[in-house]
Amino acid sequence: MRWVLERRLERSAGIALASPLIAIALTLVTMAVLFTLLGKNPLTALAVYFVDPLMDSYSLQEIGVKSTPLVMIAVGLSLCYIANVWNIGAEGQFLIGAVAGSWIAVRTHGSDAGLWVLPAMLATGAAAGAAYALIPAICKVRFGASEILSSLMLVYVADLLLDYLVRGPWRDPNGLNFPTTADFDAAATVPTLIEGGRLHMGALIALLVVAIATILLRNTLKGFEIRLVGAAPKAARFAGFNADQMVLFTFAVSGALAGLAGIIEVAGPIGHLQPGFSPGYGFTAIIVAFLGRLHPVGILIAGLFLALTFIGGEEAQISLKVPLDLTKVFQGILLFYVLACDSLILYRIRFVSSHRGPADGVA
Amino acid sequence: MRDPSSRPHAPVSAPLLRALGITKYYGTFCANDAIDLDLRAAEIHALLGENGAGKSTLVKIFYGLMQPTSGELQWLGKKIVLSGPSQARALGIGMVFQHFSLFDNLTVAENVALGLPPSESLATISARLSQLSQDYGLPLDPKRQVWRLSVGERQRIEIVRALMQNPKLLILDEPTAVLTPQEAEQLFVTLKRLKDEGRAILYISHKLEEVKRLCDTATILRAGKKVATSDPRQETAASLARMMVGADIGEVKVASGPRPSVPRLVVRDLNLEPDDPHGVRLSNISFQVSGGQILGIAGVAGNGQDELFAGLSGERLAPNAGAVVIDGTAAGLLSVTQRRRLGAAFIPEERLGHGTAPQMRLSDNALLTGHASGPMVHTGFIDRKAMLSAVDGITAAFDVRKSKRDPEAVSLSGGNLQKFMVGREVLREPVVLVASQPTWGVDAGAAATIRQALIDLAGHGAAVLVISQDLDELAEIADRIAVMFRGRLSDAIDAAGATRERLGLLMGGGEAAHQGVTHAVGA
Repeated sequence: MRWVLERRLERSAGIALASPLIAIALTLVTMAVLFTLLGKNPLTALAVYFVDPLMDSYSLQEIGVKSTPLVMIAVGLSLCYIANVWNIGAEGQFLIGAVAGSWIAVRTHGSDAGLWVLPAMLATGAAAGAAYALIPAICKVRFGASEILSSLMLVYVADLLLDYLVRGPWRDPNGLNFPTTADFDAAATVPTLIEGGRLHMGALIALLVVAIATILLRNTLKGFEIRLVGAAPKAARFAGFNADQMVLFTFAVSGALAGLAGIIEVAGPIGHLQPGFSPGYGFTAIIVAFLGRLHPVGILIAGLFLALTFIGGEEAQISLKVPLDLTKVFQGILLFYVLACDSLILYRIRFVSSHRGPADGVA
Repeated sequence: MRDPSSRPHAPVSAPLLRALGITKYYGTFCANDAIDLDLRAAEIHALLGENGAGKSTLVKIFYGLMQPTSGELQWLGKKIVLSGPSQARALGIGMVFQHFSLFDNLTVAENVALGLPPSESLATISARLSQLSQDYGLPLDPKRQVWRLSVGERQRIEIVRALMQNPKLLILDEPTAVLTPQEAEQLFVTLKRLKDEGRAILYISHKLEEVKRLCDTATILRAGKKVATSDPRQETAASLARMMVGADIGEVKVASGPRPSVPRLVVRDLNLEPDDPHGVRLSNISFQVSGGQILGIAGVAGNGQDELFAGLSGERLAPNAGAVVIDGTAAGLLSVTQRRRLGAAFIPEERLGHGTAPQMRLSDNALLTGHASGPMVHTGFIDRKAMLSAVDGITAAFDVRKSKRDPEAVSLSGGNLQKFMVGREVLREPVVLVASQPTWGVDAGAAATIRQALIDLAGHGAAVLVISQDLDELAEIADRIAVMFRGRLSDAIDAAGATRERLGLLMGGGEAAHQGVTHAVGA
């Protein structure tokens, strides 16, 4: 017996929904093997990862906190990916948004500037994220530079800029030489939803983003344009849509969302700017986007799930003494399986009896 | 089974290749249903059928590209199982595909060498190739790069490549689809010569006149089943068509509406640089089409038709606004959408990927051109009800057969998708319609529907431009015909006076002097 991939007549809607679940199941099996190899009981380990965080309210809130940036960034990225535009640099746009928004917080620190500070920070963060994302977009449209490479490389530029600022000009003079800005004033802080809790207004903004993106993709001509440019570029040109403008548009929107997520993160749960404040949200959001089927509601669910892996990874580090990087291994395996399972949407596996050889190519 | 010469015990009259009960299923779809077929030496055997009748599947099985689900092949009376084309070639089966597999940037000899065992040097191959092409009247320069060659010359490479293996059976898939009438004549001479040498030829076509002239036997397939094997010379074109389609095909009726009025599509000195290295430069294209009129543009594919279509649709902008005038408005610099708003509609040649997005539903594909004007978009929001009712309207008016109300475009058959595309544009009631190869690869019934729709549209006062390689089609529907050759367009001549010979000469770029035709080619 031999198996071949055979193209389906139509996309399978059932597999499209089942694919992430199959991928998660396969990932769990792989992780169990990995834990076994590390000498841990796989069932206990998986429980620490995926069940324990759901058991107390602090962890539950923390899942909401961590999923907020993931969902916001991933929704933006999904627009790019649907349009067949490859923004891999959301992490950089996330950092730049945080830096630009923090500039206002740093400049108004200690002053009695009023209610305008936070909205101005959010707007600046989004604008900076968009502007930063437009660099690879313009390079692609103008010079044909691969947006995958240029957007990825700009992540490291953003990372180093952040590092420079918090170690140099923006360092808190009273911060005992730690590379961090002063804690943001109340006017520059995203308020929490529950008094004394961790969950903040950013979560509501993320939900709003999900709702707007759903309507955009389902009900507007722009959404149709995004889908068409990605699905059939030549047909999109025939429809009168401009692929170059689509590159600029999707990069700008995803950059703005990443930048907004960045400033919300530092002005919310963190409260000041410091290097390494992101555990790689911009990269994990790529996984969230694909796991969520590039659909806003799917992304919301996938964002919560990936947030769980961050929390679970921290818990596992403490109680199982496994490295925190195992979380990244987990996320990488998950993306691999999602993409692999996705081929089943367009193809089916068929078994062929082995005595008949394959067609040996076209003459 | 690799040894064709061993034990020729079979009687002399035994067929070269015999197919017994060949059946092929794709999933639950039956492409070939218990087909029996005998191919004999020194015989040209036609395989006739509409698109989707199962011709391609059957010959792919003969060539080892596919395995039958059941049934048996016999070569000189001995059972064979072909596990691949190399095995078929070793037996003596050669094939010329409809779509060539040639590398544009390699020379003729290099392309031929790629299909041969690596033992021969390029010089030997070149010499053999020259000899062979001379012997069979297929002139080819081994050193020319393929991208410089015409489609007819490219086909010669494919034929010579097959002949290099000295095949006993040569399979040709719709060989004349891409040829001018004169090139087709040359091909027929070559094929008759091959037949006289004792080779068997399996000739796939849906051009009935050609089959009647050339072939000794014809096997007709319909919906995967063999309908009949008969002598095509004893049949009429109508009787063959009836067997192919299973019903009489309605004649296209010429409209009797208002005749030519004001020019609605005017093209004046349109020049366009090619946008890829192997593209064609458009030089000084000028013509006009009045309301009520159909202008046909003939020509062998690859002579600038794609570029002309892009220039008319607005997918590529003209150098100046006045080069393209749609219904009185200079539109050369307007976008596709703006041109649609002027009342123009376009039907590209490529159904999947250009005219429609294959993985999107028909309703989305209705929006693809419908968003420019009409009820499908209100202030940026799309109206799914209006999109679905557009699909329903097209389905009803053009008898689009589909599995459900709103399937993905890719799931429709070629003919039905083409009817959908034509209906999508025609129902928008355009004043100018540009259609490229509107019935390419479409079954006879759908083709008749489409041609009728184009005629009716002109009858209602629209200017219709049809780009087509099918001279019969143009003769049937066009009022005037112009010929495109190497990016230039000849003067339009009255369809009544456009004989195949005259058009064929223009299509080959032949100078008027040869046959005393006085119309100059191009500007």
